[in-house]
Amino acid sequence: MAAPPLLTMTGMTKCFGGTVALDGASLQVGMGEVHALVGQNGAGKSTMIKILTGYHRKDQGEVLFAGAPFEVASPGAAQHAGISTIYQEINLVPKQSVTENICLGREMRRFGLLDWRAMHDEARRLLSRFNLAIDVRSPLGQFSTATQQMIAIARAIGFSARLVIMDEPTSSLDDREAGVLFDVVRQLRAEGLSVIFVSHKLDELYAICDRVTIMRDGRTVHSAAMSEIGKLDLISTMLGREIARTTGHATAFAAPPAAAAGPALFTAEGLSDGRHVRDVSFALRKGEITGFAGLLGAGRTETARLLFGASRPLAGRMMLDGRAFAPRQPADAIAAGIGFCTEDRKIEGIVPEMTVAENMMLALMPKLARAGIVDETRQKDIVAGFIKSLGIKCSGPDQKIRELSGGNQQKVLLGRWLALSPRLLILDEPTRGIDVGAKAEIQKLVARLAAEGLTVLMISSELEEVIEGAARVFVLREGLSVADLSRSDITEPNVLQAMAHGTGQAAHV
Amino acid sequence: MSDGGLIVSLGRHGPLLALLALIVLNILITPNFLTLQTLNVNLTQVCTIVIVAVGMTLVIATGGIDLSVGSLMAIAGALAPMIFLGTLFTIGPVWLAVTVAILVALGATALLGAFNGWLIARFNIQPIVATLVLFIAGRGIAQVMTNGNLQVFKVPEFQFIGLGRMFGIPVQAILMLIFVVVAAWALRRTVFGRQVLAIGGNDRAAVLAGVPVARVKIAVYAISGFLAGIAGLIVVAINSASDANLVGLGIELDAIAAVAVGGTLLTGGRATVWGTLVGAFTIQIVRYTLLANGVPDAAAMVVKAAIIVAAVWLQQRGKRA
Repeated sequence: MAAPPLLTMTGMTKCFGGTVALDGASLQVGMGEVHALVGQNGAGKSTMIKILTGYHRKDQGEVLFAGAPFEVASPGAAQHAGISTIYQEINLVPKQSVTENICLGREMRRFGLLDWRAMHDEARRLLSRFNLAIDVRSPLGQFSTATQQMIAIARAIGFSARLVIMDEPTSSLDDREAGVLFDVVRQLRAEGLSVIFVSHKLDELYAICDRVTIMRDGRTVHSAAMSEIGKLDLISTMLGREIARTTGHATAFAAPPAAAAGPALFTAEGLSDGRHVRDVSFALRKGEITGFAGLLGAGRTETARLLFGASRPLAGRMMLDGRAFAPRQPADAIAAGIGFCTEDRKIEGIVPEMTVAENMMLALMPKLARAGIVDETRQKDIVAGFIKSLGIKCSGPDQKIRELSGGNQQKVLLGRWLALSPRLLILDEPTRGIDVGAKAEIQKLVARLAAEGLTVLMISSELEEVIEGAARVFVLREGLSVADLSRSDITEPNVLQAMAHGTGQAAHV
Repeated sequence: MSDGGLIVSLGRHGPLLALLALIVLNILITPNFLTLQTLNVNLTQVCTIVIVAVGMTLVIATGGIDLSVGSLMAIAGALAPMIFLGTLFTIGPVWLAVTVAILVALGATALLGAFNGWLIARFNIQPIVATLVLFIAGRGIAQVMTNGNLQVFKVPEFQFIGLGRMFGIPVQAILMLIFVVVAAWALRRTVFGRQVLAIGGNDRAAVLAGVPVARVKIAVYAISGFLAGIAGLIVVAINSASDANLVGLGIELDAIAAVAVGGTLLTGGRATVWGTLVGAFTIQIVRYTLLANGVPDAAAMVVKAAIIVAAVWLQQRGKRA
């Protein structure tokens, strides 16, 4: 590359409280380049972007944009300086004309009145950049979603952008809409603009990106041309597998999983929710830990939500105990003996204003009550029992749950489900965001529960957890179940291989 | 309820201390404050607000709001006299007519409240918008039912709820106390109360924990409607007349203010019925203090607004701390 890079970020450091989000990360984007930025959750991608666009201030580091030092205080200032960000959703007003939508918030005036002619011209010129010749006076709502989306992008980019950031732009789009987006990206590149493209969908990255920067734990670990790095390499670099490889046990799943406990408790075939889950089949055997592996956005959580009745499938069949199972809401799944520990503790797990006891008893409470009145004495006994057996560190059952550490909150939520004596427990990222000690305790606990006969479905982005903990692993990739591994087949290369390349129907049960 | 429970319900003691300070202030500056008559005046004026505010506390505990309470009061106040005066149909003995009138009026407002809840739970309409429907339409319905006429009556059997006394205590004060005690107890000790707080605290977590969110929301708004109906009956009983234009006018704001001043979190998840009682009395006594000392009602409203702002501000600070 002869031309100087458009953007260079070096030695970027950022802490939030005691947490290190960025630790000397770097990123270089060339002129007219579509640059993929990838990494696990918490790798620091978002922080990098937010510093660039003025949401956060860097602690240390240097940013050069178009050859000059660059620092902005707000997203508006970033946009003004030539860096536009495109969000997932179309935020436009359908009833207003295309012009009104494009010029919203930057109306042109003449003699104090709106200068419609100038605004129509402006809108037309902007859209012509994207080969869109439409009547800008018509209401936006009468155009197809794809066109609307194009208009939204045109509005966001405007005329002054030199660098466009797309943060998981396709996660809520269907295939056709995504196709439109890719056309736009190519168009931008043809005009010499640069694009930073954040996505977890590998195929997308390979289809439209020129280069890739891989981040992990707040550092930049690799940067290469897309054509020089294979999918498998990319994933293993992203997950940090080269370094950690073959270091023996990394989790507390000490014993090898027990022998298959028998028939399937639950099976799913051809599940689809029309978006994130496209064709997923799997089976869970009694008293066994089954793992779901896959990249972010592969549809693991969404599949679990279908199982739990938190969303409803468009297609596919589920069987519980050999009978058709179609929960309409979580309460149905709970009644059938299923528990679901969500990956997002704060947003849909804990009720922060309530106490440890109230949180733990939330699901069981109706069963403990007589005539609608909570049996406080029995409840206290049960809660005290779980606080002891799960080793929850709190001042007592009446402490507010929001005052507890992440690991202890997670244990309270585990207690919420265990109190129901479920048959099947879904654990979505059970050890995310909790300290090492608590992590090991939770892993041990899960192993013990399975040994006692509980069926567990464990979703984890930590490869060790799935590989060492599960007796059977299903790998999901872009909404498809692409591999069904058991026992000796559950090895790191196999799982990575399936995450990177797996296709088709390998997992029909 | 045990002493410990009472103290927990009161939460931070700010509202209670403010009320006590006001009372002390009045003893010092307001002539004839410590008389039975002053107590009675304040009690009759505050009872309906407290009864409505108890329902409002439950609604706000789920993270909602109910603007329709005033209109529902007007409906109950219009419906009951139509029945016991025989405008709709004739019922023989007076006691039967009064019983039917009360039951029908309360049934109607509870159902309309359930309708509010249904709009909110089923269609995910924001509570402020959903209850705005009946806020506007409800008073209209009451006016259409009565042709906009004033209904005047003298039926002691019915007016007992507004004018009667038991053991020397006004009946409406007894009713108020019953509702406060039951609601405060239910919020802490019943499955329903816990579910109300769980929904207000984190509705997504509540759904995933199997809480019947739609059912609880509908119930909460139905209770709010029912209590508004009772308040409406008390108001018309006191006045010996029902004017659909005036019954319950503006009470939603008094009720919300009482809830806010009492220390219930307006975003839901933390609620105190005892606090609401204290809040309603605080606002009432502030108004009384100003009026008794010659400050006009219009100025009293400004002071009322200032108190609400101060209460919410304290709440915000408390949350951050």
